[in-house]
Amino acid sequence: MYNPTVARLTYRALLGRRRAAILFVLPALLIVISVAVRSFSGADDQVTADLLGSFALATMVPLIGVIAGAGAIGPEIDDGSIVYLLAKPVKRSTIICTKLIVAIAVTMAFSAIPTLIAGFILNGNGQQIAIAYTVAALVASIAYAAVFLLLGTVTRHAVVFGLVYALVWESLFGSLVPGARTLSVQQWSLALAQRIGENGVISSDVGLPLAVILLVGVTAAATWYAGQKLRTLKLAGEE
Amino acid sequence: MTTIHIDHTSRWFGNVVAVNDVTMTVGPGVTGLLGPNGAGKSTLINMMGGFLAPSTGTVKLDGEQIWRNESVYKNIGIVPEREAMYDFLTGREFVVANAELHGLGAREAGQALATVEMEYAQDRKIQTYSKGMRQRVKMASALVHNPSVLLLDEPFNGMDPRQRMQLMDLLRRMGAEGRTVLFSSHILEEVEQLASHIEVIVAGRHAASGDFRKIRRLMTDRPHRYLIRSSDDRALAAALIADPSTAGIEVDLKEGALRIQAVDFGRFTTLLPRVAKANGIRLLTVSPSDESLESVFSYLVAA
Repeated sequence: MYNPTVARLTYRALLGRRRAAILFVLPALLIVISVAVRSFSGADDQVTADLLGSFALATMVPLIGVIAGAGAIGPEIDDGSIVYLLAKPVKRSTIICTKLIVAIAVTMAFSAIPTLIAGFILNGNGQQIAIAYTVAALVASIAYAAVFLLLGTVTRHAVVFGLVYALVWESLFGSLVPGARTLSVQQWSLALAQRIGENGVISSDVGLPLAVILLVGVTAAATWYAGQKLRTLKLAGEE
Repeated sequence: MTTIHIDHTSRWFGNVVAVNDVTMTVGPGVTGLLGPNGAGKSTLINMMGGFLAPSTGTVKLDGEQIWRNESVYKNIGIVPEREAMYDFLTGREFVVANAELHGLGAREAGQALATVEMEYAQDRKIQTYSKGMRQRVKMASALVHNPSVLLLDEPFNGMDPRQRMQLMDLLRRMGAEGRTVLFSSHILEEVEQLASHIEVIVAGRHAASGDFRKIRRLMTDRPHRYLIRSSDDRALAAALIADPSTAGIEVDLKEGALRIQAVDFGRFTTLLPRVAKANGIRLLTVSPSDESLESVFSYLVAA
């Protein structure tokens, strides 16, 4: 289910593009903000939870998930170079799984690690907030990478759709329509964070069992469907 | 011996029929797939390469379905028309990656790069390559697993004459080794120089099939039209119509020219200057009026 050559090509494509700058800019911004907040207002549990919840988990993780997930396959389909992967005796599901693993690893590295660092800077992991949000970011990375990888196989505008989902659905719609929050990767991962954080500083709208079921289900379904899409990917049409 | 069988295959995109009920067999040796742009050559090659499902009919490699069957790629090497190919890699890295995906390694990649004579630039990034160099590295990536079938979509597009000759030599060698080599082109001369067998596709239909002499004859034996201006149009017309190679002559007064329909191309082209000289007539304009490839092809379809 894993092909090291496909992985190497995917890593180099992901980190070699100009788009990859966002992967470095967002975490750097989080760290800078954290240092500024800590030096101006000292360690504050509520401020820490708010910053990690609204910036790290609600904005940074999905954005990095879009860049890594859609970027792991979208550009190759777009310019046709995926033909060099497809014209090989390698299972299409192996190609998808490998790309998913790379996308997850990149999303985790560029979102969960900065979240952990920022949490320690902000309040030294008081109330387990840093750990809680890091776990949430790790879990959300898996689901985002899978969903946006699928998006990358379905549409050439995957990044746009991904941004709309991350910014409009998760942030805006979720705050206006309470029901929308049940269908939000962010809320599912928060359910885990809620269990880890102490004294109720972190809360989710979704119960933990449901959140786990939805996380696993969405990840598995998206990965399976992406494999199916790749099996019947049509590279013709233009002559 | 590896053979591709295309059996009553059609492919449409929405309302557009790209390939229309084509049946053909591509066997060992070099086969040229000839047709004007938009004739359906790429669609056909994409079906042979397993990148497109036939809407109806079957495309098989030695009896095995190609569509949704990754194992056929052990025997097929593909050189796509599109340029994109992991430009951030060096030529060597690219070919090594292709080898690894076949379960092979750097040794086979090195051999393939040697075959296409690209060793001198193998450590440069692909984005710095010229069109011809890209084409050769693509060839190396297709050859790395020593496939018995090689599919090339418009391989000579954008190549300079020297690169073209090199690639032709290479493909000829592949064909002589008993591989099944199929390449598409919209240029008759290209196909004629290289392919021992030619399949002609026009407007999605299989228009002709055979060796290049047969195809050449089909193409040149059609009625040719010429527009001719001379120092004495009527005298020239009278002299030409006496010969059976000329089927009709119209004196176009408005244009001040003759419109001639010739039925025997070879005979007419030697007759015209001879007749003009014998009668002391100076030829001012001799221009074929329907030499476009499309008209040649449409004649083939009608025939």
